[in-house]
Amino acid sequence: MELQAVLMAAGGGSRMTDLTYSTPKPMLPVGNKPLMWYPLNLLERVGFEEVIVITTKDVQKMMSTDTKIKHDVKMKLDVVCIQEDGDMGTADALRYIQQKIKTDLLVISCDLITDVALHEVVDLFRAHNATLAMLMSKVHEFTETVPGQKGKKKTAEQRDFVGVDQSGKRLLFMANEADLEDGLSIRKSIMRKHPRMHIKTGLVDAHLYCLKKAVVDFLTENKSISSIRGELVPYLVRKQFSKSTTSQKQEDTEDQNQTKNDESTNHELLVSSRDDPLLQLAQERSCWNDHRGDMSEAYHGGKLRCYVHIMDQGLCYRVNTLAAYIEANRLAPKLFEEPVVHPSAVISERCQMGSDSIIGALCQVADKTSIKRSTIGNSTAIKEKVKVTNSIIMHGVTIEEGCNIQGSVICSNAVIGRGADLKYCLVGNGQRIEPEAERTNEVIVGADQLMEI
Amino acid sequence: MWIFAALVFPAQRKWSSIVNMADSGVTDGPEKKNDIERAKNEGKDLSKEEKQRLRKEKKHQKKSKEKKDEKAPQETPSAVPAPAPLPVPASESPVPADKPAKSKAELKAERRARQEAERASKQNKKGEVGQQVATGKTKAPQSELQPVVKRLPEHIQADNPDVLKKLAKKLERQQTPGYNATTKAKIPLRSDYGRKVSLFSHLHQYSRKAPLTQQLSIPSTVIHPAIVRLGLQYSHGIVAGSNARSVALLHAFKQVIRDYSTPPNEELSRDLVNKLKPYISFLNQCRPLSASMGNAIKYIKKEISNIPSHCKEEEAKSKLVNCIECYINEKIILAAKAIAKYSIEKISDGDVILIYGCSSLVNHILCEALEKRRKFRVIVVDSRPRLEGREALRRLVQRGISCTYVLISAVPYILPEVSKVFLGAHALLANGYVMSRVGTSQIALVAKAFNVPVLVCCETYKFCERVQTDSFVSNELDDPDDLIVTRKGKTHLEDWQQVDSLGLLNLVYDVTPPDFVDLVITDLGMIPCTSVPVVLRVKSVDQ
Repeated sequence: MELQAVLMAAGGGSRMTDLTYSTPKPMLPVGNKPLMWYPLNLLERVGFEEVIVITTKDVQKMMSTDTKIKHDVKMKLDVVCIQEDGDMGTADALRYIQQKIKTDLLVISCDLITDVALHEVVDLFRAHNATLAMLMSKVHEFTETVPGQKGKKKTAEQRDFVGVDQSGKRLLFMANEADLEDGLSIRKSIMRKHPRMHIKTGLVDAHLYCLKKAVVDFLTENKSISSIRGELVPYLVRKQFSKSTTSQKQEDTEDQNQTKNDESTNHELLVSSRDDPLLQLAQERSCWNDHRGDMSEAYHGGKLRCYVHIMDQGLCYRVNTLAAYIEANRLAPKLFEEPVVHPSAVISERCQMGSDSIIGALCQVADKTSIKRSTIGNSTAIKEKVKVTNSIIMHGVTIEEGCNIQGSVICSNAVIGRGADLKYCLVGNGQRIEPEAERTNEVIVGADQLMEI
Repeated sequence: MWIFAALVFPAQRKWSSIVNMADSGVTDGPEKKNDIERAKNEGKDLSKEEKQRLRKEKKHQKKSKEKKDEKAPQETPSAVPAPAPLPVPASESPVPADKPAKSKAELKAERRARQEAERASKQNKKGEVGQQVATGKTKAPQSELQPVVKRLPEHIQADNPDVLKKLAKKLERQQTPGYNATTKAKIPLRSDYGRKVSLFSHLHQYSRKAPLTQQLSIPSTVIHPAIVRLGLQYSHGIVAGSNARSVALLHAFKQVIRDYSTPPNEELSRDLVNKLKPYISFLNQCRPLSASMGNAIKYIKKEISNIPSHCKEEEAKSKLVNCIECYINEKIILAAKAIAKYSIEKISDGDVILIYGCSSLVNHILCEALEKRRKFRVIVVDSRPRLEGREALRRLVQRGISCTYVLISAVPYILPEVSKVFLGAHALLANGYVMSRVGTSQIALVAKAFNVPVLVCCETYKFCERVQTDSFVSNELDDPDDLIVTRKGKTHLEDWQQVDSLGLLNLVYDVTPPDFVDLVITDLGMIPCTSVPVVLRVKSVDQ
């Protein structure tokens, strides 16, 4: 077997708590499909037959009742439950399932919606015998107004600095702005080997990684690493150029003492990347080099290599903020050729429906309603004379007559009273909006769901 | 029973070649079969016997069918158009009497007579371009399963839509045999890219940006992951160069053999060969196989078929792995040492040696010569688009050899300084022609004009029974987009596909006539170019 897929679905959605306090993030509906269906579908299309899903008990329960996952996903899902509030990072989760991992891994996050040609990432992993291959994409600016946002919030999102080489494939440098206090410093060893480096900041990490099995073994030895994105990846990128991975013979004892800790940790990474003598012979005889201009052999003799595939066209979203969620709802349905209106929905003839709206199963839409650019969830009842524009309405919602809903997100089982006028609001789970209410740019959640400070 | 084994470029029926593999046409054809039969008869496995019986029946049916077919086209052998290349195993005239129960000796004698007659008539035909589809036997390659119509090998018929359809069907059928038919995973067909120059439209031209893995499932189950990785490395050019490709191929085969387990009711000697076939087609699509790879594959297939059926699986596998290692050691590593020893005799102090491109063997020789303290300097000639000379330059300068670097357009200007030319070879053909990187024949030509001796260094495992006199018939077309270069921000050839009258040609190999080559240095010694067929004959007798 070549690759094993691992889906990380235990994240809490800490950046969109308003949506996730009642529905766990992997099960949030996007285009009337649960969020985790998208990466599962990607894996299935590409040809995987089994996936290890790391998630919490709640999500597992919801998965077993969800029709989309049960019927559409043909792969075998091996669900591993972990504690919800135990601070388990993604790397900790990998350590937890270490027994199940028999070969190289493809780790994917549940909030990734993309139409990338996965073979681009995996080919880099295979062809160069890389330790890590990841996917990144250009950041899309979100243009929709986000409910609950006061004014144009230019979040000082921590930028990622990503350094790639001439070809744009080899990953040389990765750091987050938060870790760089006094400027960006680049080691001389990197500059000597790769004098031309392109540093990009407008990239978003898709959280799709191909990892060698040796990395998982390395994680079991090093319990200090708890997050793949935050710690493991920068560590691997740094270690590409460290002395112990490039030199083949041990140098003097002083160096040994200094880099003793590094060596013991690198040992695992190197064990399986120690090339067969035949492979070595083939590389020697081959007249190929990945760089030119200096005297060193291919890959500078380094055994640890990290590669990145940067997507510049196509969809790639990580649904971890409210803005991303709204954008994804807008665009995700375009990925698939599915009927816009679910066959079991009851729609009266005198309703105006735009072609870019989606109506879920068992909906009831009454006369004289107008639905434009919106997503209506399953089992929703919409009464007469309702105008829904640019909104996301989840499952089981009841909207009484004469409402006007614009640019809002209405969570499951909410009830919007008659004649309410909501603009850019977020209505939480099971909330009731009283009739004739007028709300603009508000987040309406229950008192018990408010965060305790 | 004269049966021959299919080579890498199969053109015949598949299952018949599967059948033939078991009794691979090595020295002891009939005896081998008897052994297998005996061994089978001893076994209690009914299904194996049944299978054998089925095979025998099919063979008989085939024979009688062939005899009927051969009668028809025999009347017009001369009407066959001249440029059609003939596969070397002769086509036979039909058996006059359709008696299925002839003894083996009689059949043998008949066939011999037929072959002599054919040979006489073939002598008059000219422009013979043939491709032998047999294991090392040049003497009497016979098979009655050989179709009468003279056929072109498939790999040089890329412009014939029927051949493409056949190839697609063949790939479909080459699924992993023995598994349930529900897993209908097939090897994808790689489609050609871009407009081909009309003179070379019979060859395949692929784009590097459309790898074959696009059509495969990601955790590749149909094809062993080591082979997928190898295919990718071939098509990206990460493993390039005849020796490197062969070594990498054998390494991947080692892994395949290690991970192989015989399914029940199958024999390792038959099944493993069948397993390897789809892999070889896959690799062929990623990048056309080289002659050295072809010979290596022949060797492996022979070794696998020679595994006695009573051998346990673990033993058989370790034996095969050992064989592979021995082959590499003998044919590549030790051969390089022997060639270096002979070549160093030819290098004298004060020499100016010209090399072309990056040949691993020539680099090895020069480094060895430096160790033996010969004083010489090297001129490295390079050419676009591959610019492999840079890599050769790096390796030589790293060792401390003083080098000059020129492009191929400067060869006539620096040749007066040169005392010897050392060239590497991709393959040595049976008529003494040297197949090497494109540009080699130019250098040999100019060197001949200046009376500079040209020495070609080539291991014997690269000797090939093909016969070619020009570089058109059988060659390789690389990605045409490699020729596009961006200078000062402008890429002039970006839209070359839009211009109807423009075609980009990126040839990889060319053929040098033996008149331009003064000496061939092989691990058997230093031979003139015309002695290549002798070496081939000697080799085939050994095997």
